[in-house]
Amino acid sequence: MEALDIARWQFGITTVYHFLMVPLTIGLGLVVATLQTMWVRTGKDEYLRMTKFWGKLFLINFIMGIATGLVQEFQFGMAWSEYSRFVGDVFGAPLALESLLAFFTESVFLGLWIFGWGRLSKKLHLACLWLAVLASVLSAYFILAANSWMQHPVGVEMVDGRPVLNDIWAVLTNNTLLVAFPHQITAALSVAGGFLLGIAWYHLWKRRRDGIDTVNEDGTVNVGERPETGRDKTDYSVWIKSLRIGAVVAMVSFAGTAITGDLQGKLMFEQQPMKMAAAEAACHDGTSFSILSVGDVGAKNCDDVKAVIEVPGLLSFLANNNFDTEVKGVNTLIPEYQEAYGTHIPDDPKYGAQAGTEIDYLPVMSVTYWGFRIMIGFGGIAAAAAAFALWITRKGTVPQSKWLMRLAVFGILAPFGANSAGWIFTEMGRQPFVVAPNPSFTGIDQVFMFTAAAVSPGVSRAEMIFSLACFALVYLALLVVEVRLLFKFTRGGVPSAMPELLNSGGHDGGSSGGMDSAGGDDGTGSDGSGGGTRAKQPDDVLGFAY
Amino acid sequence: MISLPTLWFIVLAFLWTGYLFLEGFDLGVGMLMKLMGRSEKDRRVMLNTIGPVWDGNEVWLITAGAMTFATFPLWYAALFSALYVPLVLVLLGLIFRAVSIEYRGKHNDDRWRSRWDWAMALGSFVSAFGVGAALALTTTGLPLNENGDRVGGAFAWLNGYAVLGGFAVVAFCLVHACAFLALKSRGDIEMRARRAVVRWLPLGVVPMAAWAIVVQQQNGKALTLIPLVIAVVAVVLAWVSARRGREGWSFIWIGAFLVAGVFTIFASLYPNVLPSTLDPAWNLTVNNASSSDYTLTVISWVSLFGLPLVVLYQGWTYWVFRKRISAESIPAAHSVTAQ
Repeated sequence: MEALDIARWQFGITTVYHFLMVPLTIGLGLVVATLQTMWVRTGKDEYLRMTKFWGKLFLINFIMGIATGLVQEFQFGMAWSEYSRFVGDVFGAPLALESLLAFFTESVFLGLWIFGWGRLSKKLHLACLWLAVLASVLSAYFILAANSWMQHPVGVEMVDGRPVLNDIWAVLTNNTLLVAFPHQITAALSVAGGFLLGIAWYHLWKRRRDGIDTVNEDGTVNVGERPETGRDKTDYSVWIKSLRIGAVVAMVSFAGTAITGDLQGKLMFEQQPMKMAAAEAACHDGTSFSILSVGDVGAKNCDDVKAVIEVPGLLSFLANNNFDTEVKGVNTLIPEYQEAYGTHIPDDPKYGAQAGTEIDYLPVMSVTYWGFRIMIGFGGIAAAAAAFALWITRKGTVPQSKWLMRLAVFGILAPFGANSAGWIFTEMGRQPFVVAPNPSFTGIDQVFMFTAAAVSPGVSRAEMIFSLACFALVYLALLVVEVRLLFKFTRGGVPSAMPELLNSGGHDGGSSGGMDSAGGDDGTGSDGSGGGTRAKQPDDVLGFAY
Repeated sequence: MISLPTLWFIVLAFLWTGYLFLEGFDLGVGMLMKLMGRSEKDRRVMLNTIGPVWDGNEVWLITAGAMTFATFPLWYAALFSALYVPLVLVLLGLIFRAVSIEYRGKHNDDRWRSRWDWAMALGSFVSAFGVGAALALTTTGLPLNENGDRVGGAFAWLNGYAVLGGFAVVAFCLVHACAFLALKSRGDIEMRARRAVVRWLPLGVVPMAAWAIVVQQQNGKALTLIPLVIAVVAVVLAWVSARRGREGWSFIWIGAFLVAGVFTIFASLYPNVLPSTLDPAWNLTVNNASSSDYTLTVISWVSLFGLPLVVLYQGWTYWVFRKRISAESIPAAHSVTAQ
C-alpha cells in the first residue's frame, strides 16, 4: 500500500469510529434535555431518574466523541496537506465557525450541567443542558456544511487554480447541506431511539425475571417493588416510559430519514450521477431499483450482475419523482466523466505515484451498492422493531422471552449500522474525487480535486503506518473499555447514576435525589481563605460527576 | 489600519495564549496527579478543581487549530504535516487524558484508578510537551521546501528548539497548576501546592523565558524587548506574592508572565508565521500564507461577536465553580453493581 491508501484507511477508520459516538451524543442529548425539561415542568421523580440515568450513559459516550473528534480536526493538515492548501480558503471557515460557536458552547455548558446540579437554579441548569445539546446540533450543521461543499462545491470562484470563497451564505445554504442536515439529525435520533428501546426492554425484562413485576391473566402488568435495590414502582415507570419514548423516537426519526433521504437521492441524481449509478450497481441506463442483485456487483462488466428482484420505475422515482426517467448507468457515465475531467491523472509531480495513471471513475461498487442497502435496511428494521415493541408492550411490560430481550439489546446496533453504512456509501461513492465536480447545471463545474492529489506529499509511508497502527489499536482498546462501561452502568440501572437510591430505600435525611448538595464544600459565601463554619459534608454532585 | 492577515496573526496569538493559560493549569494538574497526589482523596480533590472546566479549556486548542486552518491554510498545512509524528503523540496524549478524567472513577478499584491516573499524567505530559515543541518550531523554523512540505524525513523537525519548547510548556504547566491548586483547593493539597510554587517557580519559567529570548534574538525588534522585560517582572511579582501567601495574585502574575512571554515570541516572529530553515524565500508569512480577504472578513465578523461571548460565559463558569475543593467535600466512591 502506498501512503495515499494508508491515509485513506486512516481517515476512514478514525471517522467511522468517531461517528459511532456522534449520533448517540446528538440523539441522546436531545432526549436527555427533553426528559429534564419534563422533570422541571412536572416535578415527577421518574423524569429525574431518567435524566440522570440516560445522562450518565450520555456522558460515558460523550467523552469518546470529544477525544476522537480532536483527531478529525488535526488530520486534515497532518495527512491531507495538499487538500488543506487547495480548499483552505473555503473549507476552513465552517470548521472555524464550528469550534467558535458550537464546541465552546457544548463543552462549557456541559461542564456546567455535570457539576451544576443543585448549584444552579433548576431552570438555569436545564438551560445549560439545552445550550450544550443544541450546540452539538449546530456543530453537525457546520461540519455538514464543510462536507456538503466537498459533495457540491458552491460559493467560490477559481483564482490561480484554487477555489476562493466569495459567498459564505451559499456555502451555509448549500442545497446538499439543507437536506443532509435533517437527514443526519433524524438519523442521530434513530440511534437514540434504539438505544432507549433496547436498554429499557432489558430492565423491564429483568424486573419480570426477578419476580418484581408479574403479569395478570388478561396480560396486564402487576407492578411490584423492591425499594432497597432502587427498583420501586417509579423505577418501573422509568423503563416503560423510556421504552415507549425510544420506540416513538425511532419510528418518527426513521420517517424523517426516509423523507430527507429521498430528497438527497434527487440531488445526488443531479449532482453526482456516478454515485447514483454506483449505489444501484447499474451498468446500463434504466428505471428499475434493484432490491437484490447477485453476482459480483463490483464488476464493471455488466454480465456479472444479475438483478434478481427489481422494482420497475422505483429508481426513476428516487431520482426524479416519476417512473420513466432514464437514470444513467455506469457505462454511459464513464465516457462522460472522461471527456469532462480527463482519462489520466495529470503527469505532475504533486500526484506522486499516481501521476499519469488512468483514472478510475467508478467507485467501489460492492461498497456503494451494499452500503446503500444496509443503510436503508437497518433503518427500516429498527423502525419496524420499534413498532412491534410498542404493540407488544401495550399492556405494560415486555414478554419473558430471553431471546426477544437479547434481540432488543442487539437491535441497538441497527441504527448505528445504518449511520455508518450511509456515510461509507456517500464518501466512497464520491471517489475518485475528494471534492466532487458537479457535471450538470448545478454547482461550479471546474471545482474538483482528485483524492490522489490531496495527500500530504512530505509525509512518508512509514509515518502513516505508524499513526494508523496507533489510532487503530488505541481506538479498539478504548471501544472495549467504553462498551464495557456502558454495559456496567446499564446493568446497574438508575442507581448507577443515583447511588443515593440505595441508601435506606431511597432518601436519607437531607438528600432528596442528590439535588440538594451543599453548593460547595464549605457552605455558601465563604470562598475566601477564612474557612467555612458549617459542618463540612460530602458534595453529592461530585459523586454524579467523576 | 492593520491588514486583515496581521489582525488574524494577532488573534491567533491570543488564542494560543488563551489555550496555554487555561489548559496550562489543567494539563499541569493532570501531570501532578502522580507527582503531588498521595492519597485517593488528594487525587480526587485535584481532579475536581479542573473537573467542570477542563473540556472548555481544551476547545481553545481546537479553535486555535481550526482558526489557523481557516485564516492561514498554508501555515496549517505545512506545520501539521511537517510535525506528523509529534502531533500523533499529542493527539494520543489528549485522547488518554480526556478519557481518563471521565473513566477513572467508573470502577471502584484502586488498580483501575491508578492506571487511568498514569494515563492522565503521561497523556498530559506528552501533549503539553508536543504542543510546546510545535509552537517553538513554528517560531524558529522547519526544513520546508518551496511548497511548504517538510524535507529530510520523519524526524527532520527534531532539534534543540523543539526540546526547549517542549520543556517550556511542561514546566510552565506544572508551575501554573501548583498556583491554581493553591488557589482552588483547601487542606493538604493547598499547602503542598503553595510550597511548590515558591520552590519551583523560578526554575519553571526558565525554559519559556529562554525560548522567548531565542526568538527575540533571532528576529525580534527593539520593541519586543518590552514584553520580555514585563515577563521577567511578572515572574518576580508572582514569586513574591506566592511567598506572602497571596495565591490569587501569584496565579495572576504567572498568567501575566505567560501573556508577556507569548507576546514576545509572536511579535518577534512577525511577519513570518513559519520560517523555512532551508531558504528564507520559502518562509511562510502573514501575507503569503493567509486566506482571501473575503474569508478573513467573514471570520472576523463572527469572531468579533463570538470570541467575547466565549470569554464571557467561560468566565462565568469559573465564577460558578469558584469555591475551593477540600477532601471533606469528596463523597465516598460508590460501586456500581448489577441489579
